Amino acid sequence: MRVEEMVCIMCPLGCHLTVKEENGEIFVAGNKCPRGIEYGRQELTEPLRILTSSVLVERGDLPLVSVKTSKPVPRKLIMQIMEILKSTKIEAPVKVGDVIIKNILDTGADIIATRNVERIDVA
Amino acid sequence: MKIAVIGAGAVGSLIARELSRYDVEVIIIEKNTDVGMGVTKANSAIVHAGYDDEPGTVRSKFCVPGNALYTELAKDLQFDLKRIGSLVLAFRDEEVRVLEELYKRGENNNVPGLEIWDRDKILSYEPNINPEVIAALWAPTAGITEPWMVAIAAVENAMDNGAQLYLETEVIEIVTIDGRVRKVVTNKGEFEVDAVVNAAGMYADEIAKMAGADYVPLHPRKGEYILLDKQEFSGFVKSILFPTPSLLGKGTLVTPTVDGGILVGPTAVDMPPEREFREDTSTTFEGFEALMSKALKMTPLIDFRASIKTFAGLRPESPQKDFLVGKTNIFGFFNAMAMRSPGLTAAPAIAKFMIEEIQESMGETLRPKLDFKPVREKIKKYADLPPTIWDEEIKRDPLAGKMICFCNKVTEREILEAIKKGARTIDGVKFRTRAMFGSCQGGFCMHRIMKILARELGVDMADIKLRSDKSFILMGQVRK
Amino acid sequence: MIEKNVDVLVIGAGAAGLGAAIGAAREGVSEVVIVERDERSGGILNQCIHNGFGLHYFREELSGPEYAERVKKIVQQYPNINVKVEQYVHQIDYRRKEVVVASTEGITVYKPKSLVVATGARERPMGGILVPGTRPAGVFTAGVAQRFVNLENRLPGKRAIIVGSGDIGLIMARRLTLEGVEVVAVVERMPYPGGLERNIRQCLKDFNIPLYLSHTVVGIYGKERLEEVIIAQLDESYKPIPGTEKKFKVDTLVLSVGLIPQSTLFKDFLKIDPWTKGIVTSSSGRSSLNWIFAAGNCTVIYDLVDWVTEEGSVAGKFAAMYVRNNWEPAKFFVEKGQNVGILFPSWYEEGTNLNLYLRVKKPIAEGTIRIKQRNNLLYSKKHLNMLPSEMISIKIPESKIGSGDIIVEVLE
Repeated sequence: MRVEEMVCIMCPLGCHLTVKEENGEIFVAGNKCPRGIEYGRQELTEPLRILTSSVLVERGDLPLVSVKTSKPVPRKLIMQIMEILKSTKIEAPVKVGDVIIKNILDTGADIIATRNVERIDVA
Repeated sequence: MKIAVIGAGAVGSLIARELSRYDVEVIIIEKNTDVGMGVTKANSAIVHAGYDDEPGTVRSKFCVPGNALYTELAKDLQFDLKRIGSLVLAFRDEEVRVLEELYKRGENNNVPGLEIWDRDKILSYEPNINPEVIAALWAPTAGITEPWMVAIAAVENAMDNGAQLYLETEVIEIVTIDGRVRKVVTNKGEFEVDAVVNAAGMYADEIAKMAGADYVPLHPRKGEYILLDKQEFSGFVKSILFPTPSLLGKGTLVTPTVDGGILVGPTAVDMPPEREFREDTSTTFEGFEALMSKALKMTPLIDFRASIKTFAGLRPESPQKDFLVGKTNIFGFFNAMAMRSPGLTAAPAIAKFMIEEIQESMGETLRPKLDFKPVREKIKKYADLPPTIWDEEIKRDPLAGKMICFCNKVTEREILEAIKKGARTIDGVKFRTRAMFGSCQGGFCMHRIMKILARELGVDMADIKLRSDKSFILMGQVRK
Repeated sequence: MIEKNVDVLVIGAGAAGLGAAIGAAREGVSEVVIVERDERSGGILNQCIHNGFGLHYFREELSGPEYAERVKKIVQQYPNINVKVEQYVHQIDYRRKEVVVASTEGITVYKPKSLVVATGARERPMGGILVPGTRPAGVFTAGVAQRFVNLENRLPGKRAIIVGSGDIGLIMARRLTLEGVEVVAVVERMPYPGGLERNIRQCLKDFNIPLYLSHTVVGIYGKERLEEVIIAQLDESYKPIPGTEKKFKVDTLVLSVGLIPQSTLFKDFLKIDPWTKGIVTSSSGRSSLNWIFAAGNCTVIYDLVDWVTEEGSVAGKFAAMYVRNNWEPAKFFVEKGQNVGILFPSWYEEGTNLNLYLRVKKPIAEGTIRIKQRNNLLYSKKHLNMLPSEMISIKIPESKIGSGDIIVEVLE
């Protein structure tokens, strides 16, 4: 049996949840709406996370463009995704929302830019 | 004649500058990456009035004349000197008797303007002093300065007048033949010399021993300090506050700094003489507690939540608690050692004395240079100019309008000047411009200063050091 | 030297300043100028590449730079907003209403009809927490470490310990770990964490980074670069307990030990809270001088940037209303009652909504927040799990508020 305490992040209310796993079944207590049950269940079985990081940019007014996953991805894949980001290089200009990598590791999530990087051409 | 000055602290630098007035070859040998980074870097920055020094001491000969020389020195070398006066506070009758002692001693030492003040006068002048004070000794000639800037400015001026500076150069051997100094051997090469002036601060006894010269054994006396934010405490006191001195020394002061902050310190802890302790500038809990309790006694409204920096410095102390200055048993070898308090104050007078001493003991007459340039141009602080003048400066040079250190108003132009004058590290820029000295302690500007240094020196940002070779700030890139 | 008359001058183009410009421009003033000392607008948002912004303001979870871009897009819709970067506010003459600004173009003296201060906060430096030891390289405040990693593409070190479990410290614990820096621990002097629960989970628990509560750093050592950090447990009076020392061999210390509102430029003529150093304002954002308004972290340290932009927009709006028709209503005190540690704003101006932000003095598991105006109860509600580290926002609409001093209390 596994019990975990957590704060639901589905809305600003932040209900304190107690999530219990017993004989393959998951019980959630403390939620004020069904989204809490969903969150508690997910968090105990396959925690998902939005990953925010950076990717190297060439010829930009900044050396890095901040990026994020377009939706939460399995926490267990984070380190692998990081390795891919570390070896990714793109060229300026970059606009917020640009897809840097589509469907990373088949998660259905894209790696998208979260800032603009202007192009500067070094003489 | 070729003279080597070992140590580019306040004492060595002023001696080197004095020597550069004459037709002699002056070389300055400094083991650190910059000048003024030893004893000179961390002390109370006080130019003492001179009533503390007991008659018959070497200190008593040089403190008052040194104090007087600071006026012209500050003008020529363009460093900050503020003669704000000092008050030695007495809270008990026994302490008042000590004040009277000091008053007499001061008169003996020719200290001008001494007065004993009563409680009302003290509190009307300094309302933040503990109202339990009963009397104080007022000395109008006491002042505050910027000790590393004394060294920086003196070295710049000496070099402008022909002296040569060797940084990161450590003396490892001094060769004497027939009781006469001949060669100084360093980790970077050898120098054939006719004379050596030993101003090696915490290591002056070691240097003297290398030459087989007279010396006094030194041990470090650690002093801890707390600096309060000028944005919070500027104007809290307007003069230097001392407690009544004890056998341990002048005690913990509460004083304004030339930058506008309030400095509390030092403590006084004797350390063992071994080498490891001569580099130990660590602060301690006991030190902080002592500083806070002593300061609260003198100025009960002081609030240490406004502290922005803590540090410690070492004073080279001898058993005699006095300077050892002048000629030695080795021909051509001169000491300016055990420069404990009031070393900074005495330094200009010792520099002048050293010239006489060298001439007399070596039987040489040093010829003054006809083209000696006494004035050293400081880095212009644009934010201190009236706005209309600053505007003109910016029109001539846009970087005079590009603010880099926001808290202390240092522009990019000033930082570039500091680099031109030899700054290679963060501390090099800091100590020449006061960038990063303010409330945020570099939080907003350190990365900007590193970028400028990297650009000007043609290196990567990660190669910029804090102060010494191994004090790197960054470790590699996030993405390559 | 140029003199420039302007309706509304805003100091700072961070979340609050941009919000203020929008609020003022919407009121229809002819010109709003924002002067920003950094190279770009956006303030601290530019380096906060993590998520958690915009849930209230944009109903979307965004990263810092995305949030900044959205706000900037709104600013661009108003032709009467002029954003100027690399402008340094040098001095203010509050009697003559002159603001002297320096830039590479020269000195400009602005003569604004009203001023909105949005200067944000600075981090408490190492010297502010009196830690014994040496002063080697390798000590960073969290914001500086964040700046290097996220904007300058440089790592601060290889093995780090983080002091302070506020959100900034927690976010940096995760960021550094993801970039290959070994984070050995997060140290917190209070008996409870300083940041949001979700950050404890996603920044520490996810990466098995230990959190030492009721601990503080008691020594830092290293000759030129940091080598060792010593922590110890604290007793109820926050004094280190001898014998509980733990040594960590690290080369990097990241300090997240508090934010201080930047109000020094105004301390000679505006009322500043002596404890927090925040500029004291009313519900309209107005300071103690009728033509100067303030918003954002320079008034009180906020938890959410959404609130900052909203309060900025309020201050901008009323700054503009002051310009347009000398709007200056009656003012009442907003008093801190039982168990209230931090309370914003300090005054209530008639005709405005009361957006209250408070922090409790101590953790309260179950309590009632009560807001009274003379004999009228404006608000009374049970709140659970209140912590000083989690700011509570309560909005009371103008229609519900009458006249008289207001008191806010938290009853156990």
